[in-house]
Amino acid sequence: MNKRRFKEKLAYSFLIAMISIIVLSICIMFYFIISRGIRVINWEFLTQMPRKAMTAGGIFPAILGTFYLTMGAICFALPLGVSAAIYLNEYAVQNRLVRIVRISINNLAGVPSVVFGLFGLAIFVKFLNFGVSILSGSLTLGILILPTIIRASEEALSAVPNSFREASLALGATKWQTIQKVVLPNSFSGILTGAILSIGRAAGETAPILFTAVTFYSMRLPKSIFSEVQALPYHIYALMTEGTHPESQVAIAYGTALVLVLLVLGLNLIAVILRNQFRRSKKW
Amino acid sequence: MVEKTIENKNDIKMQVKNLNFYYEKNQVLKNINLIIKSNAITAIIGPSGCGKTTFIRTLNRMNDIILGIKIEGDILFNHKNIYDDDIDVVEIRRKIGMVFQKSNPFPKSIFENIAYGLKINNLTVNKGELRERVEVALRDAALWEEVKDRLNTSALDLSGGQQQRLCIARALAVQPKVILFDEPCSALDPFATAKIEELIQELKEKYTIVIVTHNMQQAARASDYTAFLMLGELVEFDITEKIFTNPSQKITEDYITGRFG
Repeated sequence: MNKRRFKEKLAYSFLIAMISIIVLSICIMFYFIISRGIRVINWEFLTQMPRKAMTAGGIFPAILGTFYLTMGAICFALPLGVSAAIYLNEYAVQNRLVRIVRISINNLAGVPSVVFGLFGLAIFVKFLNFGVSILSGSLTLGILILPTIIRASEEALSAVPNSFREASLALGATKWQTIQKVVLPNSFSGILTGAILSIGRAAGETAPILFTAVTFYSMRLPKSIFSEVQALPYHIYALMTEGTHPESQVAIAYGTALVLVLLVLGLNLIAVILRNQFRRSKKW
Repeated sequence: MVEKTIENKNDIKMQVKNLNFYYEKNQVLKNINLIIKSNAITAIIGPSGCGKTTFIRTLNRMNDIILGIKIEGDILFNHKNIYDDDIDVVEIRRKIGMVFQKSNPFPKSIFENIAYGLKINNLTVNKGELRERVEVALRDAALWEEVKDRLNTSALDLSGGQQQRLCIARALAVQPKVILFDEPCSALDPFATAKIEELIQELKEKYTIVIVTHNMQQAARASDYTAFLMLGELVEFDITEKIFTNPSQKITEDYITGRFG
């Protein structure tokens, strides 16, 4: 065997080994979470309130809380993010100011999430006096996912061929009519995919809601957007760090983790399906 | 010259006066003057990169959407400069329609493609009228017989030539006065090209037509007037027959006889 062939084989085996390590670690992680979590999961676990200082009962308030927080975040971030993307991609003259805005948005995506938490505490909880609440938490998570939504939307908008815009303008459509009737309908799936992926991101975040929305243990379900809530990621943290019955709490924590992972995986799966459907229907 | 053949001022649909066009630091069009006669076909010919497409896109202000351009001079449409400040550019683009080099139907149904322009311009009052005008536009573009049974299927399922005729129908639907064709047949086979050329001949009855082409035979057989552009300059502008039989410039003759280009 000559040297070239040997090197080829070596490189190939090396890459296979690397990818195996990745796949294996993912499998181990899932096995770990599923095998430990599945034991506590049943219908009661998903639909009941916690009992006996979180050593028994279900995690329904945490599921509901995560649902409220992520829905609130997307309601806030989607219109804002899509509007920003439309402005940046369709209207803005590509000058230095717009470049700075784009860089800032990208940098925002790189800010550690705990910093968003502190910001939310200072602005929403204290300054605007929303208190530790669903509202404060949703707004904080909203800012966190804003860059993702803007970027995904911008990508979706710029994927619409320019010839569509030209055809519309040449028929006497205004710019806004063109955006409304031609550009947005053809970028809808891309924007939606971005939105769903960011819901998954928001659902899993702990730090941004730590100071702004969550409570350790609540006996009641939230009454309004100004109530504090329980949330899945923080519930795991609380179960593992507080309380007096580690044995039963750890089991519940793994159950909670499994619910959270399945939720995020489910959302990502929906996003992938949507994207594939979009690609298939797209013919230009 | 062309001026002589135009007896009546009303025969002039558009007039280009001292047009200069700059893209960033390059001058793309240099002092162009020409007349576009009503109900006639004016062909713009010239080698690649001579500014043909840039020129035709100045006629309905489609270049406005590109950054870094500067335009000097006047383009009169019905004796009014379309670059005046008080001109509504959206209205100009409705009155001066355009068909592009590559057919660009919207990814909608055949019906919706035609109805789009009517809807956005509020040109129809009810659904019956909308259907009627879609049919008229498709008939005028010689496409009706081929698509009348599948108006609700995607326009993207049509053949290339049909798609281009659909784009013509879409332009006709909003009732323009002038239609600009930017190399409409460059992506089509000879059979589809012949159909479109025939169609353009028929359209001349009702519309004023400007067509950019790099195909000399097409200009010769399908136009009334021909403008020869080179390196951004208008070399010669005359009745098509004269350009192709007895051009006044040596360089025009070289080009049309295929010595370069």
